Amino acid sequence: MAEIVIENLCKRFGAFTAVKESSFTIEDGEFFMLLGPSGCGKTTTLRMIAGLEIPSGGKIYLDGEEISRRPPSQRDIAFVFQMFALYPHLNVRKNIGYPLASQGMKRRERTAKILEVAKILGIEDILDHPVSGLSGGDRQRVALGRAIVRNPKAFMMDEPLGALDAEFRERMALELRALHDRMGATTVYVTHDQLEAMQMGDKIVVMNNAVVEQFGTPKEIYEKPESLFVADFIGSPSMNFLDVDGAIAEGQSQVSVKGIPIAVPQQHESAAGDVILGIRPEHIRFSDRANPSARVCAIEYLGTTQVITLQSDAGSIKARVDSSQSVEIGERVGLEFESCRISLFSSATGKVLRSALHGRTQDG
Amino acid sequence: MSHSITDATLRQKTIAGTLVILYASITMVPLLWIFMTGFKTPPDSISYPPKIVYQPSLEGYVNLFTTRTRVSPEKLAELPPPKNFAEEIVRNREMVIAGPSKFGERFLNSIIIGFGSTFLSIFLGTLAAYAFSRFSIPLADDLLFFILSTRMMPPIAVAIPIFLMYRQLGLSDTHLGMILLYTAVNISLAVWLLKGFIDEIPREYEEAALIDGYTRFQAFYKVVLPQAATGIASTAIFCLIFAWNEYAFAVLLTSGTAQTAPPFIPTIIGVGGLDWPAVAAGATLFLLPVMIFTVMLRKHLLRGITFGAVRK
Ligand SMILES: Nc1ncnc2c1ncn2[C@@H]1O[C@H](COP(=O)(O)OP(=O)(O)O)[C@@H](O)[C@H]1O
Ligand SMILES: [Mg+2]
Repeated sequence: MAEIVIENLCKRFGAFTAVKESSFTIEDGEFFMLLGPSGCGKTTTLRMIAGLEIPSGGKIYLDGEEISRRPPSQRDIAFVFQMFALYPHLNVRKNIGYPLASQGMKRRERTAKILEVAKILGIEDILDHPVSGLSGGDRQRVALGRAIVRNPKAFMMDEPLGALDAEFRERMALELRALHDRMGATTVYVTHDQLEAMQMGDKIVVMNNAVVEQFGTPKEIYEKPESLFVADFIGSPSMNFLDVDGAIAEGQSQVSVKGIPIAVPQQHESAAGDVILGIRPEHIRFSDRANPSARVCAIEYLGTTQVITLQSDAGSIKARVDSSQSVEIGERVGLEFESCRISLFSSATGKVLRSALHGRTQDG
Repeated sequence: MSHSITDATLRQKTIAGTLVILYASITMVPLLWIFMTGFKTPPDSISYPPKIVYQPSLEGYVNLFTTRTRVSPEKLAELPPPKNFAEEIVRNREMVIAGPSKFGERFLNSIIIGFGSTFLSIFLGTLAAYAFSRFSIPLADDLLFFILSTRMMPPIAVAIPIFLMYRQLGLSDTHLGMILLYTAVNISLAVWLLKGFIDEIPREYEEAALIDGYTRFQAFYKVVLPQAATGIASTAIFCLIFAWNEYAFAVLLTSGTAQTAPPFIPTIIGVGGLDWPAVAAGATLFLLPVMIFTVMLRKHLLRGITFGAVRK
């Protein structure tokens, strides 16, 4: 099994930079998520790890060995393509057995190994079918079979559920996670779906515009976003952002928004320019006497919770409250922010300001 | 698959069917006429009104493959009885077979040169097309245009320089010379057509093979080539048709050992009057190889490219 260390990885296509100075560590046996909007460089990063793309700079270590210039065949890393890329001229059995054939494994052993993998994936009965007639889910399983059959050090998966129907995705996601837990192999999984990343991943790297924005567990990323982008990208509905009046001084534990005082975690960093206050919808409570006061504009019922859109003195805000709470459109309510959950961001850099919530170092 | 929204009515089908059959008949009649003439006797072939029903004869084919000399009836009577049907046919015209004609040889030349240059064009064309399609080559667009531009000049315009060049190099009237020449002409077509086909094959297939532990060349050979079969088959047919039918270069550059069938067939006309059945027999045989080749590759042409396993 394998630990993968990415150090200052870069990729340029001509003048265009697809991946910029990325660094993160994928620990042995981790289910690791590479998350970001379309075009941010996720696939490129994955392809560099697998050896399909030569980095323009930086290093990749697999179990301590530098591999960034090795051909893919010498890395022992499997890759599940976004569109599966099953060999259309071969049947399911031959598709799964293809990596074994390249290793020169004997036919007898190969047959046994293919059957073993097919059993794990529940596709024994379609082994002799051509791949062209298979359903999306079965194609997915065959692609997985081709990846796991050779016991690679690590798996790379590029949006493996992207091509499946919504209802099937969830089932396949569970299957994938179960498969990973059973085999314990290091897996790097690319997705643009933050929910999928939060649900399935042990660790997440959030990328945007070719740079790594943040790297941590789903909980860290959700609760302590390092940048405005991460705060906005993760969570649905996303974090509320309010403009803070004036600058921030070190040690400060209260700010004002449109003249309304709001308590915040004690700040460890000062900021001269514009500052933005971020608070998640579920960290807002209704309380008659609290400030700011707001008017209910819309109610989105989601079963156990409801998302309330409010027009407040401080700006437009969404709050997520229990469904049992009765709220009427047009009603006026006071909003109480859970102050220890508030993050402040510098508008100029887009980075979070260090505070009691956001410790000095990112992964500390 | 596309389906029209409503099914055609019987009347529409009948009209469409009739038109297709009519068109097919019109285009097929000359071919059929050549085929029939090949099995006529020389008098039948020029009789007026033209004969549609006639006694079939192999005289045209015998004349095509033999050279004959006229003998007097007295001499003819002294000869031993004919050993085979060919001698019998020839003696009916008061002639004896003097030897084989050059047709067999010329036909073989056509086969060697046609298929040889087709193979070479496809071999080089596929490699070049793959490189253009997959790798970043400096000035790729200019190179591709340059390759295509070699096709723009009419053969006649370059025939004289090539003739002089070939004479210097000792390539005129050789199989190698003709194979190289037809390959040079066909390769631009092959590179362009094949690049189009290979561009359509998703790179992920080869990348999957690279990941699965194969080298770039193995990936090309085992994964790309089977996918490109359709393109290779149709390109091969185009190349063969050109090389097979080419006349201008062949007339100028070949006269003996490497002469192909196209410049040879008209010379039959000159030998011993207008021997139309022999010409027709030659034309019929000349048509066959390309027809057989096309029919053999038809499966690949019609199959279409199976992109089934990659969702687009
Ligand atoms: N081979 C390439 N040549 C030029 N640009 C590329 C190439 N591959 C990717 N890119 C560009 O790099 C950027 C990142 O691509 P990609 O890694 O595929 O993004 P993601 O997978 O996050 O959607 C995109 O803008 C894409 O157009
Ligand atoms: Mg991608």
